Amino acid sequence: MLELAAVNSGYGETQVLHGMSLTARAGRVMAILGRNGAGKSTTLKTIMGLLPRTAGDIRFEGQPIDRHPYEIAKRGIAYVPETRDIFPSLTVRENLELTAKRFGGGGWTMDRVLELFPRLGERMANGGTQLSGGEQQMLAIARALLMNPRLLILDEPTEGLAPIIVQLIHDKLQELKAEGLSMIIVEQNFGFATSLADDVVVVGKGQIVWEGSAAEIRADSDTQHRWLGV
Amino acid sequence: MTSDLGFWTLQALNALQLSMLLFLLSIGLTVIFGLMHFVNLAHGSLYAVGAYAGAAAAAVGGFWMGLFVAPVAVAGMGVLLYSGLIKRMRRSGPMAQVLVTFGLIFVLLDLTRIFWGDLPLAIEKPGFLSGRVALLGIEYPAYRLFVIALGLAIFTGLAWVLGQTQVGAMIRAGVDNDAMAACLGINVERLFFTVFCVGCALAGLAGVVAAPLLSVTPDMGLQILIPTLIVIVIGGLGSLKGAIAGSLIYGFVQTFGAVLAPQLASVLIYALLAAVLVIRPMGLFPAKG
Repeated sequence: MLELAAVNSGYGETQVLHGMSLTARAGRVMAILGRNGAGKSTTLKTIMGLLPRTAGDIRFEGQPIDRHPYEIAKRGIAYVPETRDIFPSLTVRENLELTAKRFGGGGWTMDRVLELFPRLGERMANGGTQLSGGEQQMLAIARALLMNPRLLILDEPTEGLAPIIVQLIHDKLQELKAEGLSMIIVEQNFGFATSLADDVVVVGKGQIVWEGSAAEIRADSDTQHRWLGV
Repeated sequence: MTSDLGFWTLQALNALQLSMLLFLLSIGLTVIFGLMHFVNLAHGSLYAVGAYAGAAAAAVGGFWMGLFVAPVAVAGMGVLLYSGLIKRMRRSGPMAQVLVTFGLIFVLLDLTRIFWGDLPLAIEKPGFLSGRVALLGIEYPAYRLFVIALGLAIFTGLAWVLGQTQVGAMIRAGVDNDAMAACLGINVERLFFTVFCVGCALAGLAGVVAAPLLSVTPDMGLQILIPTLIVIVIGGLGSLKGAIAGSLIYGFVQTFGAVLAPQLASVLIYALLAAVLVIRPMGLFPAKG
């Protein structure tokens, strides 16, 4: 579904990805693991066109991906960033309508995301910044789902959240997985990531250093110790 | 004279009229800055071009023709400016942008000189706006009331578009976080372009509206630039609320300062500016908290 081939990318003069290659398959969940600074978030930002790719090739459903984030989004990739990036000047409803009104016609409607996250329904008139961290995460996921994406990519969905909210987000993502939504998840929380994912890649120094299934990485304490510091 | 209610009414209306003129100018500048992080010092020159284009059109087809032509002509100029210059300058940092748009001020100044000469032009007010209207116990020029009404109407219209419509939500999202807005499939670049053109049109409108009150001279753009910048610094960058609040504050301080404390008048607004910068460096209502 999404293929990265020998991609180089980074921030300005600082190159972070050195020949990153990975393949995410349709209908499956891929977790990207790795230590801080390994290049996990950079990979996602490069896919979304937020960081300039200096070499390599990215293909989505067989076609080369565009350079502009808005075109990439329209191709069917929705992005939930690490910082959630709820628009503070918009109410919860406006944050949702921003995508709901422009990406209609798919399975995800306003009613359905509010069914998934009832908590948001009680908060529709609130400003984006009046939400708790967990609610912001729900809103960011709901907003992305309303794009009716074919691929959902999430950057550290559990960061800074209370364990009970982490569990809730986990269950909701599990529901989405059961429906066959393709996902790529970057995560520091090893248990969370490996329980959701089908496939796992481990990133170190801007490249893939390990590839396999979630079960395999759970059994491979050597890799865990060497690349994840678990 | 200060005990006379009529005096206060008159000055308040004068202040309001100045505020509305500044509002038309500052709203474009501030939203362009908030959305694009682009410092367009030539915004005042667009106001001058609007006044000249309006005067030229009014000479042929009367005031209303001028009122229609000026914003359209300046928006057209905005299209040229954007595609020829600003699009390329988007990533080149504030210093280069300030230098280029500062240079543009002088280019436009001289172009208006070459086209229309140094002598001030005037626009005839339309007949029914040229008289005076009895209002709240005083006689007030109808045209100035028209300026106030126009400013309020534009403010209401913009408040509705920005606050209630999908396009408005997209603009606010772009001001908040343009990268995230793009990731939600919004063509932020095209949005910028549209907003830039609307901002230019409003500057042109301000120019033609101001023309019957002030005389149309090549340097009118330079004269209005500093007050406009003060308005957006006081109000806070990027927000409609900031633009209207800053305009009202400037209008009232300037007008009442000039009649109540003429010795202090020129210092007053700068003192206020300094105070705002010390107490609330981001302005009163910045778009980003």
